Order: sequence, then C-alpha cells, then structure tokens
Amino acid sequence: MTQQMLAEYFPILVFLGIAAAIASAMVGGAMLVARQKPNPEKLSAYECGFEPFDDTRRRFDVRFYLVAILFIIFDLEVAFLFPWAVALGEIGWFGFLSMMGFLGVLTVGFVYEWRKGALDWE
Amino acid sequence: MIAAAAFYLFAAVLIAAAVMVVTSRNPVHSVLFLILAFFNAAALFLLAGAEFLAMILVIVYVGAVAVLFLFVVMMLDVDFAKLREGFQRYAPVGGVVGAILLLELLLVFGTWQFASDAAGFRLNPAPAGVDNTRALGRILYTDFVWLFQLSGLILLVAMIGAIVLTLRGKTSTKRQDIAKQVARSGSVNLRQPALGAGLGAIGIERPPVEPPPGEKPRQVEHAGHGHDHGHGGHH
Amino acid sequence: MLNWTLALPEIVLGVSGLFILLGGVIPKKESFFPVSMAVIGALILAAVLVLGQGEGTAFLGQYVADNFSRFAKVLILLGAALGLLLALDFNEKAGLGRFEYPVLMLFATLGMMVMVSANDLMSLYIGLELLSLSLYVIAAFDRDNPRSAEAGLKYFVLGALASGLLLYGASLVYGFAGTTNFDRLADALSGDDVGTGVVVGLVFVLAGLAFKVSAVPFHMWTPDVYEGAPTPVTAFFATAPKVAAIALLMHVLIGPFGDLSAQWMQVIWVCSAGSMILGAFAAIGQRNIKRLMAYSSIGHVGYALMGLAVANDTGYRGVLVYMAIYVVMNLGTFAVLIAMRRRGRALEQVEDLAGLGKTDPAMALWMAVFMFSMAGIPPLAGFFGKLYVFLAAVQGGFWTLAVIGIVTSVIASYYYLRIVKVMYFDAAPDGALDARPASLTVVMASTGLLTLLFFLFPAALIGAAQVAVASLAG
Repeated sequence: MTQQMLAEYFPILVFLGIAAAIASAMVGGAMLVARQKPNPEKLSAYECGFEPFDDTRRRFDVRFYLVAILFIIFDLEVAFLFPWAVALGEIGWFGFLSMMGFLGVLTVGFVYEWRKGALDWE
Repeated sequence: MIAAAAFYLFAAVLIAAAVMVVTSRNPVHSVLFLILAFFNAAALFLLAGAEFLAMILVIVYVGAVAVLFLFVVMMLDVDFAKLREGFQRYAPVGGVVGAILLLELLLVFGTWQFASDAAGFRLNPAPAGVDNTRALGRILYTDFVWLFQLSGLILLVAMIGAIVLTLRGKTSTKRQDIAKQVARSGSVNLRQPALGAGLGAIGIERPPVEPPPGEKPRQVEHAGHGHDHGHGGHH
Repeated sequence: MLNWTLALPEIVLGVSGLFILLGGVIPKKESFFPVSMAVIGALILAAVLVLGQGEGTAFLGQYVADNFSRFAKVLILLGAALGLLLALDFNEKAGLGRFEYPVLMLFATLGMMVMVSANDLMSLYIGLELLSLSLYVIAAFDRDNPRSAEAGLKYFVLGALASGLLLYGASLVYGFAGTTNFDRLADALSGDDVGTGVVVGLVFVLAGLAFKVSAVPFHMWTPDVYEGAPTPVTAFFATAPKVAAIALLMHVLIGPFGDLSAQWMQVIWVCSAGSMILGAFAAIGQRNIKRLMAYSSIGHVGYALMGLAVANDTGYRGVLVYMAIYVVMNLGTFAVLIAMRRRGRALEQVEDLAGLGKTDPAMALWMAVFMFSMAGIPPLAGFFGKLYVFLAAVQGGFWTLAVIGIVTSVIASYYYLRIVKVMYFDAAPDGALDARPASLTVVMASTGLLTLLFFLFPAALIGAAQVAVASLAG
C-alpha cells in the first residue's frame, strides 16, 4: 500500500533531483568558471547613489500580523475540508452535518471579524 | 531501496536545517531554514505513508505559519545581535540539559518494548486498500466528532484572541458609508431654475447657519448643497 | 452509538457561547454588561444540567461523566460565575469593559469542563488547549498596559512549552501502550512490566499538568502572571482553572495510570513538598498583594497535592475538599483585593490595606476571615481543608510530608496574619477606600459566610467528595 503510494510520488523525487542538480550546476559553474576579482568598490553604491540611511527591514504594521493569523485560521479550516470531501460518500448525513456544524462555528467567527472591522484595511 | 535512501537524505537535511534555525545569525534566515525543515518533514511523513499530513504540513506550515513567523520577526524590533550575547554564557548549561534529555531518551529507546497486546488496542487501525486521506475522513467527522467540533471552537477562540489583542479601534480616517448616503432623503433636490436667476430668486433652501458663540463665522462652501463632506468648518 | 446527549451541559454551554458572541458583536454599541449577564446565565444553566447529568461514557469513550466530574464541574462553574461577577465593575472602571472578556471566560470554562470529562489523552489535550488559549488572551486583556501584555506573553510562551511536553509525553504513552483511551490504557498498563517508555511518557504528561497547576518545579510563571494580569483575571486564574487542572491530574493519575502509582507518587511527593516550602517562604517578602497571593496559591496547591501523593481514597477525598474550600476562600479574598481602590485608582500593595479595620470594618472583617481561614485557624473552613489532607497523610504513613505541611502552614500564617495586623493596627495613610460596588459585597459576604460557617455543616461537602472519589476509583 505504502509502496504503491510512494511510487506515485517518485516523479516528484526525480524533479527534486533535477532541480537540485541544475541549481548547483549553475551556482557551482559560476564559481568555478567565472573570474573572481573581489574588490570592495564593487560592492559600494554606484556613482551618485548613496548608502541607505537605516536598516532596509523596516518594522511591519501589526495589521499584517492580524491578516496573517486570520488567514492561518481559515487555512486550517479548509484543511479539514479535504478528508471530508474525499470521504463524504461513506460518512453519510452525520458526517455532512458534522462539517456543517464546524463551518457554522467558523462562520460565527467570520461574522465577528466582519463586525469588528478586522477585515477592513483602512 | 530508493525509499530508504530518500529517508536518510531528507532526515539529514531536516536535522541540518533545524540546527541552522537555531544557530543562524539573521532571524530571517532562521525562518527560511525553518521552511526547509518543514518541507523535509513533509517528505518524511510521506515516506511513512501519512500522505495527508505531509500535504497539510506544506499547505499550513509552509504556506501560512512560516509567513506569520516572518511577519513576527519583522514586526518585533528586536536587536538580535544583542539577544544573542548570552549565547556563549548559557551554552554550557543548555548543553548539559540537552545531554541529559538525550541520555534519557536513549535509555527509553534502548528498552523499546510494546505492551504485549498493543496492536489489539489500537482504536482505528489503518484499513487496507484505502488511502490515508480517505481513512482519516471516514473517522474524523463521525467517530471523533466531539474533538472535531471542539477544534472548531479552539480556532474560534484563536480568532477572537487575535482580534482582541491586536485590533485597534476605528482610526480617525473618515470613511464613505454608501448605505448612509443612499438612505438620505429630502436633503438633495434637483431643480431647474430660470436662466440668470440668482440664489435668492429660487429661494435656496439652506437655513442660515448661526455661528456658535466664540467661534469664527464659518465659510460658506461652494459645493455644499446637501453633500456630506464631513469637514464642515471644525478643525 | 455516540450517546451525545450525555455531553449536553458542554454542548449547551458551547452553543450559547456562540450565540452570546453574536449577540455581543452585532449591536453597534459596547455591550459588556448584558453579555456578562448572559454568560453568567449560561454558566448557571450548565451547572443545572451538570447536576441532572447521567453517568457513563460518550463519543466512543472520549468523554466520561461520573460523580467525580460532576463535583469538579459544579465547582468550576461556580468559580467561573463568581469570577465573572468580580470583573463586572473593575473592568468598566479600568477600561476593559469589552464583551469579549465574558465570552472568553465562557470558552475557558467550557475547556475546563472538557478537561475534567476527558477520558482520552486527545480530549484531555483539546480541553486543555481551549482553556489555555482563552487564558492567554485574557491575561493580556489590558493590552496597553505593558505588565499585562508581559503576563500574557510569558504565560503563552511557557504554557506552549508545557503543552509541548504534555503532547510529547502523550505520544510516548501512545507509542508504547498503543492507545490513548483511559480505560484501555488502564488495561494495558495493569501488568507488572510496563516498560520505561510509558513511565517517561507519564513523567512528561505530569510535567505538563504540573505547569498548569503551578506546582513547584514548574511554578516560575505564576507570580509574574498573577501580578501583571488585571486583578479579576488573576482571581479567575487562581480559582476555576486550578480546580480543573487538579481534577484532571487526579483523573489521569488514578484512572489510566493507577497501576503506576509507585512511580508517580514520588513525583507528586516532591512537587507537593516543594510547593509547600516555596509557598511559605517566598511569600514572606512580598509587598504586592497579588504576588503574595500567587505564592500563597502555590503553597495551597502543595497541600492539595499532599492528598494525591498519599494515593488512597482518604487522600483523594482530602484533595477535593481542599480544592472546594480553596476556591471559596480565594474568591472572597480577591473580591476584597478588587475592592481596593482609592480615588478611582486600583491599589495592589499590602500597605494600602492599612487602617481598613476603622475605615471599612465590614470588609476588614471578611478579609480577616479569609486570611485566618487560609492560615488554617479553626474553626474556619481552611482548617478543615488542611485537616483532611494532613489526616490522610498521617494515616498513610507519610510522616515527613505531614510534618513539612504543618511547619510550612505555621510559617505561612505569618504573612496571612501580617495582613490582618496591617488592617487593624496600622494607621490609614490616605483615608478610606472608595465605596465598593454591590456585586463585590455579594461575593465577599457569601464566600465569607461559607468560610465562617463551614464547621456547622461539613458533612454535605465531605459526603459529596466521598461519592465523587468512589466513582473515580471504581
């Protein structure tokens, strides 16, 4: 059983191998073939450009975080839908209603979010 | 054979990535190594036959949790170089604790021994001839409905928590409320005055505004007929 | 097949939580008070349903209802309802009057009920997470106050670690025993040779649960979280979740791991002795009364665990009696702490109680009752709580533990009595406290009367505990 399933994934392993080979060939080839003459001037800002004043990684607004966590929650909810959809024929009405209850709970959460304005950006 | 080779490959990369998560200097690199670790863990799940878990690991952890971690790393204005100062100092203590835990685990696995009739106790042995996802689906929503619904409540609490702790109230920006605009009645009239007639001639309906005492008389706006501009005179 | 009607109290509580959440968010204006009232109503309804609940297992053995879970649930619901009552006025004044607070308390209570009814390691974990997640949020509820945010974050990080330990232990147990169901675990572990794996798993599970009850090696978070969180939140933390966690600990140890008692008795022994000693000594130097109560609660957990360490029915009965009395005393004490407010500002120092005996004799009297009771002075309720666990320890031959308990309770009475001394013999520096709201007076007086008059009718509680323990061991 497991063997058969793994066989289906074998092409992906092959792809991974090819991707790794090509990537390392490109990087490694560039390192081996290209002429390396390191010079600090090569890394400095070009002509009239200037050094950045502060760190390029600025602090993010907390709202990004809120959106991300709400996304995760709904992502998890959707993850529960996959086995349900696959097995729906076998679990009957009870399984169907069970999922409807779950979605109902999350809908309450959605209404809450909406009314609180968590989904508005500005 | 290939499966065994793949297992060792993915396991080795997983461990290496996990070490890099802890040791790399740049926190963003840590998160990227974490993503690599997630991918390899997914591959290991796949090799163990847990197809569904592998895919969920990719979708949820790589797709969402790692992104969240990136946000958090970028949101917190932490000087990670400073945070790391104690690393050398605490390393011996941490190493000792880790070594003791490792020793304990080795002891445990040295005496690996299932209860004699353990296989018989298994609540839901994987049925033959059914793939992993379907096997989960058969029991998750019926036999485990109690835990399933409670998980829904946990997600709900997480949602409430995130909003309670991070959502600020409405900001000061004025927003267009279309429903309110549409529902307005009587304040906007269309008329067709005679050509050349002045405002007085058509009896403009705006009542004269009494300026509140102690305030400058406010300016009459030009396009002010009934439209709700929201910036009428107060500063 | 699923027998789901057995879980009616939880289902009703959960569904009403959903409706209350909708009812709170749909109206435009802030609705803290009506939502709180609705939540209290739902808690009372759940308590009524619990009292009428049948016995048996449901959901294929994932859920169990018996006299033990009924005892614990009634106590939890009582603690939660009174805990919410304590928050009503405080939260309005502190600008925390948002309707999410009662809703989160409701879901936390639901989590506790699931915990004490858990008959499977998975439902145990789910209940624990529902509880913990709600508690993390309400610890940081005063989000603009750095101390509250710090409390929430600390609790979250350490709580997540504890959950991880618990899960790891549960997975080891599952790996070595082949099941997560408590009844089947009890069967699987009944032989003589259970293997090291299960024992290590058990120790990890114990560590996770000891964190939740804040027993000694895992107590570090308690003082900071108790101090930083808003006072009504602290009151809630110190009461209902403690009962739930202790009840869960008992259920897990006595049920599936009953035959491993030789192994876990040592662990509980150490936790108990450590908690009693730390609770007695660390509280002495505290000036902040919330911190003091944190150490006091660690000490109390130590006394309760003493009954568990004895590992017989008398000991278990002692634990239940102790926890019931503990909840009542603590709710009363926190009602007094929440009422400590002068010219609108909430106070938290022990010195702020100075002169209370003259400025507010009624409140000072109740506080004195609670303090004497916590110190274990007869004939107050706290004395009986200690009496039953000490008795069990002595009968079980745990002399060392009993002696540690007696010595530490003598030491601990120092700081309880110091509070009484400050109230009655120190001069009030800045006049009287603000008038207190009626809700606090109700909680103070009712818990105070229970503490004061417990000696007239101890049989009711002890009988209930006896019945509960009988269903647990059987």
